[in-house]
Amino acid sequence: MAGLEDLYREIILDHYRSPRNRGELASPPAYRVEGFNPLCGDEIVVTFEIEGEAVSDIKIGGSGCSISQSSASLMSAAVKGKTVPEVRDLIHTFKGMMSIHESTLPGAGEDGEAADPAEPGPPDIEELGELAALQGVVKFPVRIKCATLGWNTLAQGLDEADAAGSAP
Amino acid sequence: MANVTGPAEALDVTLLRKDFPLLSREVGGHPIVYLDSAASAQRPRQVLDAMREYDETTHANVHRGVYRIAEEATRRFEAAREAVGRFIGAPTPSREVLFSKNATEGLNLVARTWGRTHLGPGDAILLTEMEHHANIVPWQMLAEERGFTIRWIPVTDDGLLDLDQLDRLVDGVKLVGITCMSNVLGTLNPVSEIARVAHAAGAVVVADGAQSVPHLPTDVSTLGCDFLAFSAHKMLGPTGIGVLWGKEELLEPLPPFLGGGEMILDVRKDGFTPNDLPWRFEAGTPPITEAIGLGAAVDYLEGVGMEAVRSHEIALTAYAMETLRERFGDDLRLFGPPDPSDRGGVLSFAFRDVHPHDLSQILDQYGVCIRAGHHCAKPLMRRFGVNATARASVALYNDESDVDALADALAAAGAFFG
Ligand SMILES: Cc1ncc(COP(=O)(O)O)c(C=O)c1O
Repeated sequence: MAGLEDLYREIILDHYRSPRNRGELASPPAYRVEGFNPLCGDEIVVTFEIEGEAVSDIKIGGSGCSISQSSASLMSAAVKGKTVPEVRDLIHTFKGMMSIHESTLPGAGEDGEAADPAEPGPPDIEELGELAALQGVVKFPVRIKCATLGWNTLAQGLDEADAAGSAP
Repeated sequence: MANVTGPAEALDVTLLRKDFPLLSREVGGHPIVYLDSAASAQRPRQVLDAMREYDETTHANVHRGVYRIAEEATRRFEAAREAVGRFIGAPTPSREVLFSKNATEGLNLVARTWGRTHLGPGDAILLTEMEHHANIVPWQMLAEERGFTIRWIPVTDDGLLDLDQLDRLVDGVKLVGITCMSNVLGTLNPVSEIARVAHAAGAVVVADGAQSVPHLPTDVSTLGCDFLAFSAHKMLGPTGIGVLWGKEELLEPLPPFLGGGEMILDVRKDGFTPNDLPWRFEAGTPPITEAIGLGAAVDYLEGVGMEAVRSHEIALTAYAMETLRERFGDDLRLFGPPDPSDRGGVLSFAFRDVHPHDLSQILDQYGVCIRAGHHCAKPLMRRFGVNATARASVALYNDESDVDALADALAAAGAFFG
């Protein structure tokens, strides 16, 4: 049985207690997206700005459990300053980490989180740095949705930004 | 208020627990402490055995065959209907007790049949802020279609319905939807009092009994509602079956809910003639094994006695409230009525600033099963400015040792999150 220490790594608790990039950017000009976890009522508000190629600023609002909040906090630190394609790659890699195990777990894969079958192969977890601390979440299938909430919300925001024609 | 801390007619919980096979299970090396009966209750061997015995000896489709086991199956299925009717004091169970999939479907049935024929533009209905989504969304769906408005009875800080404005709110509404017991706050609502006011205003009353029927004596003749919905799986029965009770004179003129077999008397190429009560509302093959299980659950509850169940749960709730207050003081905020006799055995709380989801995860390490989330009552969550609570709920098979285990696990969670 997976132990609590697999889930609540020190980095996660640190980001939960002192979340980075907390708050909301004025929108507009920032893009603003809300995400909900219908299971537990967690809500997340991601606001971000795009300058040229890059996600120049990002803030996280809303409230939720330690996993959703720390994952969003870690995400905000990781994506700030990266170009939009780099951010999309990172989202892909992160969700890959959350789904490779998930797809081998019973009852998994019905929620569209499973890895894209067109792109098999394990994600490069090395590349994730601190984010790899969230790896243990896959041992607690119910919590995967918490960990991916912020990421799905940001992905949706990037799509909306794309559609609005401002993203490269 | 009555003194509720003395053990009235004490249940022999140690003996009762032996009837529930799941409760002897261990999780992660700890004996299971099941405190989520408000979500779904565990089943006694008597229910499981009745279902298996039926399946092994009697199963056939009901209301169809003339051969012996088909007739026996039909008789046993209808006997379950009678048992449920007796359990809730229904005057004519054979016409008023409808089997549904669950409480949710029962409430949707009322919206889709009674609501559709009676509600239109310019009309209003009245709900309470503490309803489960099952008694909100069907009405919102219908309101979108029919253009009536929804009013709300507010909830006080103590988790009681604020009835100060009831006369004004009820004026002109055609329907009042009210939960007998909140699945979040435990609040027991004065349904009969509200029904009296509603009836005087010409409204029908739809009561959600999902939480109350499993834990309190229920008598529809004094409850005062016109419809009552509940689910078997919260009252020691199986999943897949629920009940909608409705007054015969209200059910009689209603159109069918779903169409298909069983609900018709005649079908021609140019139309159909709906069946009599109650089958008009039971299209298709019903959950037969589940009905047998529900009948056995009702027998079991009657054997224990609902008065005894209620006394046990008040005493246990009082013990839990006292224990949590003593051990955690201001670190633990309990939602809902402060007086245990105003509530059922449902305790929603916030513990320090530990998110309910995390709390529940840590408690699970100690075998303690509680629910975390919005409990399908988001308007109520918004009312209290939270997006989730932790919720422990008790049933007749819980005792003080379960409450103590909860408190110990909470202390450990507190230590974990520093
Ligand atoms: C008050 C209340 N109403 C309705 C329901 C819905 O019950 P079911 O999911 O069995 O239809 C529940 C259970 O979650 C409940 O607690």
